[in-house]
Amino acid sequence: MDINPDRGGPAQPLLAVKGLTKHFPIKGGLLGRTVAAVRAVDGVSFDIRKGETLGIVGESGCGKSTLARLLVRLHSADAGTMVFDGEAVGEPRASGISMRDYRRQVQMVFQDSYASLNPRLPIEDSIAFAPKVHGLSGREAGERARDLLAAVGLAPAQFARRYPHELSGGQRQRVNIARALALQPRLVILDEPVSALDKSVEAQVLNLLVDLKRKFNLTFVFISHDLNVVQFISDRVLVMYLGEVVEIGPVGSIYDRPAHPYTRALLASRPSMDPARRRTVPPLVGDPPNPVNPPSGCRFRTRCDFAEDVCAARKPLAAELGGGHLAACHMASPDSGHSKAGAILEVAA
Amino acid sequence: MKPPLMKLTDLSVTFATRDRTVHAVNGVNMEVAEGEVLCILGESGSGKSVTLRALMRLLPKFARVTGGIEVAGQDVLAMSERRMADFRGGEVAMIFQEPMTALDPVFTIGRQIAEVVQRHEGASRGTAMARALELLELVQIPSARRRLDAYPHELSGGLRQRAMIAVALACSPKLLLADEPTTALDATVQIQVLLLLRELQQRLGMGVVFVTHDLGVAGEIADRVAVMYAGRVVEEGPVGPFMAGPLHPYPRGLLNSTVHGGMRGTILTTIPGAPPSLSTVPTTCSFSPRCVLAEPACDAGVPPMVEAGGDRRGRCIKLGLEASTVPA
Repeated sequence: MDINPDRGGPAQPLLAVKGLTKHFPIKGGLLGRTVAAVRAVDGVSFDIRKGETLGIVGESGCGKSTLARLLVRLHSADAGTMVFDGEAVGEPRASGISMRDYRRQVQMVFQDSYASLNPRLPIEDSIAFAPKVHGLSGREAGERARDLLAAVGLAPAQFARRYPHELSGGQRQRVNIARALALQPRLVILDEPVSALDKSVEAQVLNLLVDLKRKFNLTFVFISHDLNVVQFISDRVLVMYLGEVVEIGPVGSIYDRPAHPYTRALLASRPSMDPARRRTVPPLVGDPPNPVNPPSGCRFRTRCDFAEDVCAARKPLAAELGGGHLAACHMASPDSGHSKAGAILEVAA
Repeated sequence: MKPPLMKLTDLSVTFATRDRTVHAVNGVNMEVAEGEVLCILGESGSGKSVTLRALMRLLPKFARVTGGIEVAGQDVLAMSERRMADFRGGEVAMIFQEPMTALDPVFTIGRQIAEVVQRHEGASRGTAMARALELLELVQIPSARRRLDAYPHELSGGLRQRAMIAVALACSPKLLLADEPTTALDATVQIQVLLLLRELQQRLGMGVVFVTHDLGVAGEIADRVAVMYAGRVVEEGPVGPFMAGPLHPYPRGLLNSTVHGGMRGTILTTIPGAPPSLSTVPTTCSFSPRCVLAEPACDAGVPPMVEAGGDRRGRCIKLGLEASTVPA
C-alpha cells in the first residue's frame, strides 16, 4: 500500500501557504500586558511544488526560522492558511488533513544537531521512536532505523548503538536527517542544516541531501543564510526581509537577474573569493531594522538607494517579471508611481 | 631588514587535565610584518584560535605553552603579570566573535572605551570620554554621541561589533588580533565590518592576525594566509596565488569543497573522513589518512616545510602536485 498517495497530481502544489502571519507579543508593564509585538512573519504567501527544493534566504531576524516552525506547526499561526496537497491543514473538524497525518508527512531537520537529539537514547532508538508512536512494532521500527542509518552513510553495525555525544557534528546531522525520514514524509523542512558544520563536512552533507531527495522522492524547503549553498541546492528561491517575501523565483533567474534591491545587495555582499577584485564599498549600510516596529510601506526602504515617497506611502505588491519570478518592489511594477517604475533594473555586477 | 612585528617560534600548546591531554598546537612558526594582515585559516579544532590566544596569554592555567612568542621585539612568555596587563590592550588588542559576551552588559559603551584609555594612558575621565567619542566616529557608528550612553544590548549586532573594535583600538595597538569577528554577522553586515577593518588597518598601519574558517573572508582581507591543520601550519603564502591555487592537498580540498556559484547539479568534491583526535602529538603527516595523494612515505615522519618559491611554502612531500599528475 502506498502510504503517501499523490492526490492532486504533479501540478497541484504540495503545500500552498497563504497570508501566513505570526506575531510574538512582548509583555511589559506592571500587569504584564502586551505592549508590542515582534512581527516575525507577516502575511507570507507562496507555493511549494512537488519534488522541488525551495530555498529560503534572508538575514537573522527576517523570520525564516519562524516560518519553518509555522510550516511544521511547532508554532500555530495567528492568521493565514496552509493547504497540503489539496487538504486544509489544522482546520478543526473540517475536511482537512489531521495534524497526526500532517506531522507524519512533513518533517524537520534543525541547525543544532546536538540539541535536537535525545542525549540519553542511542541514535537507533531516536530514529525508531516516531515510527513506533505511529504504530510500527519495535522490531520493524528498529529495522527501518538501521536501513536509514545505512542510507545516510552510517554503518548500522558500527553506529546504531552509539549515543549522540559519541558522534561528530557531521555524523549527528546525518542522524537527524535519518530521523526526519523515518516516517516516510513527503516534505522535509531543513532549517540551516549545514550552517554549524565545517566546509569539508558541509559538502558531504549537501551531497547526501541531493542523493536522498532523489532516492526517496522528497520535496525540500531549505533555509539558509548562505547564498552559495542555497544556489547549489535549490530549484526556486524565496528571499525574506523583516517577515515578508520580497522576491521569489527560479534559482537561475534570481541569481542572474535579481530584481529587488535587497536581493541584489544580498548577492553583492558575498565575498568575492578573488583578492584582485575586492569590494571597496559595502552594498548596504546599517543593520536590518527592528521587526517590532517595521518601516511603513516597503520595509526595505530605510536601507534602499532608490527609496522615494511612494515607498513609504504604499506597500509594494508582488509584480510578475516572467517565468514565475516575482518581486515586491515599486520599481518592478509599471504603474506604481515610482520614478523608475517598470524600468528593467541593471543587473548587479 | 626590519624585525617582524610578531614572531612565533616552534609554538606548542598542550592542554592536560586529569582525564585527557590535547595537543592543540604542535610547533607553529609564524611571522607578521608591521602593517600586514595575516589570516590563519582552519576548521574547528585546527588550533587557530588557541594560537591566537597564546599570543596574548589568554589561555587557562593548565595549558602548557612552549616555544617563543615575540611581539615588537619583546618576549611575551617572559613578561610578568603586571607587564602583561599593560601589554594587553596597550600594544596588542583582540576582538572576538561574540560582541555580546565580550562587552560588559552593565556598563555603557562609552564607559568601556574610556576605561581602556584611562587605564593605559592615565587620562582623566573627561579626556577619555572625548577619546571614546572619537573612536566611535572612527568605527563609523552613526549618531556616535548618543551611542556613548548606550548599553551593549541596545545596539544591533553590527554596531556592537563596531563598538568592540573601538574598544580594541582605544590605545592604538601595534598588533590587532581578531578571532572570527564577522562569523556571527549577517552577510550584508559582515562585508561592512570587513571593509571597515581593512580601512582602519591601512589608516592606522596596524599588523593584524585574523582567524577565520571562511576562505571568502580571507580573500577579502588577508595579505598573507597560513592554513592550519591538526595544530600545524600546512601551507603559507601571499593571498593572491593561494586563492588561485593552493599547493597543499588539504587547502586544495577545502577550496574544492567550498560551494560557490555554478556548481548546481554537480556532485561536490569532499574531503573524506575527519581530523585526528590530537590526544598524542602527530608523528607523521596528520592529513595523510584523508589525502588523495597519500603514499607510505607520508607516514615516515612529519613532513618538513618545503619552500615553493614566491614566498610560498607548505608541509607536504608532494607539495604542488595535482592528483591527476600522479600515476595511479
